[in-house]
Amino acid sequence: MSAADLTAGREGPLADTDTRLSRTPRVAVADAALRDRLERIWRTEPGLKGWFGTVDHKEIGKRYLVTAFIMLAIGGIEALVLRLQLAGPNKHLLTPEQYNELFSTHGMTMIFLYAGPVLSGFSNYFFPLWLGARDMAFPRMNALSYWIYLAAALFLYAGPLVGAGPNDGWFNYVPYAEKAFNPGINEDIYALGMVFLGISTSVGAANFIVTAARCRAPGMSINRLPIMVWGTLTASAANLVVIPAVSLAFFLLWMDRNLGTSFFTVAGGGEPLLWQHLFWLFGHPWVYAIVLPAMGMVSDGLPTFSRTPLVGYTLVALSTVATMLLGFGVWVHHMFATGLPGLGLAFFSGASIIITIPSAVAVFAWLATIWLGKPVFTTAFKFFAGMILLFVIGGVSGFMTASVPADWQLTDTYFVVAHLHYVLIGINVFPVCGATYMWFPKMTGRLMDERLGWWNFWTMFLGFNLAFLPMHLTGLLGMPRRIYTYDAGMGFSALNMITTIGSFVFAVGVLMFFWNVIKSRRSGAIAGPDPWSGPSLEWTIPSPPPPYNFAVIPTVASRHPLWEDQLDETENRSSFEEGMTLDEGKEALAVSILDAEPDRILKMPSDTTAPFWLTVATAVLFAGLLGKLWWLAALGGIGAIASLAFWNEPRTKLLEREPDAHEERRNG
Amino acid sequence: MSGAPLGYLTSNGARADATVPLTWFLVLLSSAVCLIIAYMLWRAVRRGRAVEAGLPAVARGVGGVRLIFIGLGISSLFLLVALGWTMIALGHVAPMPRRPEITIDVTAHQWWWQADYGGAVPSERFTTANEIHVPVGAKVLVRLHGGDVIHSFWVPKLTGKTDAIPGQVNLTWLEADEPGIYRGQCSEYCGLQHAHMGFEVVAESPREFAKWRAAQLQTAPPPVTPEQAEGLALMEYRCALCHTVRGTSAGSNVGPDLTHLMSRRLIAAGTYPNNRANLAGWIEDPQGAKPGAQMPPQHLTGPQLQAVVAYLETLE
Repeated sequence: MSAADLTAGREGPLADTDTRLSRTPRVAVADAALRDRLERIWRTEPGLKGWFGTVDHKEIGKRYLVTAFIMLAIGGIEALVLRLQLAGPNKHLLTPEQYNELFSTHGMTMIFLYAGPVLSGFSNYFFPLWLGARDMAFPRMNALSYWIYLAAALFLYAGPLVGAGPNDGWFNYVPYAEKAFNPGINEDIYALGMVFLGISTSVGAANFIVTAARCRAPGMSINRLPIMVWGTLTASAANLVVIPAVSLAFFLLWMDRNLGTSFFTVAGGGEPLLWQHLFWLFGHPWVYAIVLPAMGMVSDGLPTFSRTPLVGYTLVALSTVATMLLGFGVWVHHMFATGLPGLGLAFFSGASIIITIPSAVAVFAWLATIWLGKPVFTTAFKFFAGMILLFVIGGVSGFMTASVPADWQLTDTYFVVAHLHYVLIGINVFPVCGATYMWFPKMTGRLMDERLGWWNFWTMFLGFNLAFLPMHLTGLLGMPRRIYTYDAGMGFSALNMITTIGSFVFAVGVLMFFWNVIKSRRSGAIAGPDPWSGPSLEWTIPSPPPPYNFAVIPTVASRHPLWEDQLDETENRSSFEEGMTLDEGKEALAVSILDAEPDRILKMPSDTTAPFWLTVATAVLFAGLLGKLWWLAALGGIGAIASLAFWNEPRTKLLEREPDAHEERRNG
Repeated sequence: MSGAPLGYLTSNGARADATVPLTWFLVLLSSAVCLIIAYMLWRAVRRGRAVEAGLPAVARGVGGVRLIFIGLGISSLFLLVALGWTMIALGHVAPMPRRPEITIDVTAHQWWWQADYGGAVPSERFTTANEIHVPVGAKVLVRLHGGDVIHSFWVPKLTGKTDAIPGQVNLTWLEADEPGIYRGQCSEYCGLQHAHMGFEVVAESPREFAKWRAAQLQTAPPPVTPEQAEGLALMEYRCALCHTVRGTSAGSNVGPDLTHLMSRRLIAAGTYPNNRANLAGWIEDPQGAKPGAQMPPQHLTGPQLQAVVAYLETLE
């Protein structure tokens, strides 16, 4: 066949390419009959089987988002209780044990159960829509990653529910986390729960990487990817490197606690600092994993509402990758006070200062985009623009702690608490709120209330700054972190009261957000496919999207397919109405990695409960380990193997992937 | 800043002195960056103010990327200055004194500090707790030992943090410019009573320090009154499992050395003023005052408690 057939004679990116497809897909205009057929092929079965068996990325993405938002609410309530305890000196609302469990659980919840998963939720829902694909590369692994996230969250929260929450901070330093000092079951739950959760993150990361690499619309070459995809891609690559390190560390800790090994205990020849290296080798890149996709949201959202393409696309994309690479070289800046040699400190200090540069690229690109654009002041725009300021504040305070002599004073004071909340709330929560306002209409077909949005943004923005800006000063006055109370004579009583008040104002703002989501879902104005006149592929399809996403596979000719007519960037035009139908069963298209030339026809799997049962069996395995009920663990293990067999069994239903066309040519 | 004993924007010692100007520079530079970016953001938003939604996308003007490079160039310049200053300050504070006038071995415990003053011969050595005396103007080398879990030694006005980690000895140093009492605090989360693990560094003139040292070397005086004698007997029976009082049969090192208890300003690791009422309250119910503290409640009768306190009050 000639590739020109694919685009039916038009001048498109496919015009001159030699396709490697094994079959000539039908090229057609999307019509009602095709939509009906695709709907029948792709829809999730109704009832329980559909509920537990769906592999639709949109369904999974929504579940991720709802679960993550519930976690945000829980973590937020925990934070408010902590703030009440700290509102004034020598308060007795909480016992020391309750305070320590609460701040540890708050950290665990916000970092592992909200910040990471909420971005996965957006990416799960929107990756195929941004990329012009029918689903993620591995739909069943996608379902697995959600089920395991949910099960691990329940597993981790079993601790607080039975009065044995993690109590050693989310960073979980040994030897305090060892049995000798922490004899309860608290840390066993945390250690095993983190290994469990690591499975979800790894599976999800692999899926994002392959999906971004291979499951794009033809013509969406690597230099036309949305920045959000760049962010998720680099974060996922980092996760694949660091999650094994931290899972191993947590497993070694569990062995120390339960099997008598001594990886971290001095008495047995172990080394407490080993924990910190393993943990921060993970922990620091993880920070970038939960901010880079969120920065991507801003990089994609701001141009949409500024009505002009992102300034310096290539620079921003490269800076995303550069941040991640440098991020691997700075974990030691969490350990400046541990007595490492001076030369090492100098190196890591320098690396930590230099990492500011790629972040600065993003900031100036955003500013230039607003500067040269014509912004529309929607709530989403406010959240994205507000984020820039919070990002800068969180960034410069991070740069201050990169300076070793200063850090020896700053570290483990409230200055760092202020810094990390500017980073995590400013760079994660604000973009997520903006992204919700922006993409809610795509997901539900309804717009969120803009008037309530105005109140929502300003309450959150002012409340957040009222809470956390003075906290820098609290830190400079020397208030240590992780203390459940303080004396009146230390000089930080008034500042703590302001912070507590600010945190409640902020909480009211977050409530407005939730209320807007719930209210607009039922009674928001009908959105239509493209309420913001957006530039990217998701706006070409109906809201909410049909199960198959794109009736015909779109062909992409520029970075902003929907803005081509206005910007006249190129003579070629993207095509959304006409393209490959791929309707001979549940099919999707794979493309080559760099240039996005059509490459394979993927046979996509149907709904299956295998991921759910695999999760149940794995949960039983971990419960067995937790209770040291080896028979139960064995049962869970056997169940997991059986589920995997079941997963792989119905070959006829799954169908094999399209054979490699080149290989066939070579062989035949 | 006088009302903030842990504040580190001012300092009273050579080691912290080198950090304070750097910290101020970073604070001011960072604040300036935030203000400039906020202003630019405000201008950018005002500049492009559009009236209606649904406006078609516009081709952007030229020069956007140039803005990025200009911004980067200016930022990098200041980053380099910060980097250079950091390295210079590091050169001042990181190297340990070659010939320290005094070396103190500090061991961090849940939740108190043990300070061992070394000497050439055993009779010059003594141990105290939660209160570290140093002579003004002397370079003091502190060798940090981890007693149980990781703690961090921090005296903001004199020196930044250094962790005390089990299985390794970390070094830090400090030098006080003027006499005074400087608050110290554990700054690495170490469990239930991390909040109450304070200590004080008392800087005094070399003469006073020598006097203090001589006093600390004394063993405890024998009891004078019958009540004190009863207190000593109770102490040797009840407290000796954990505490040392030199000159008596109490010689355990699980808890703080009490030989010169009354010479200290505060008890319970910097938590309460050291007076009769607090002392009695602490002995009777340490868990009420500091939940999770390693000292068990004593369940003494009223007269017994009086006797023990009466004896302890002789330990000057």
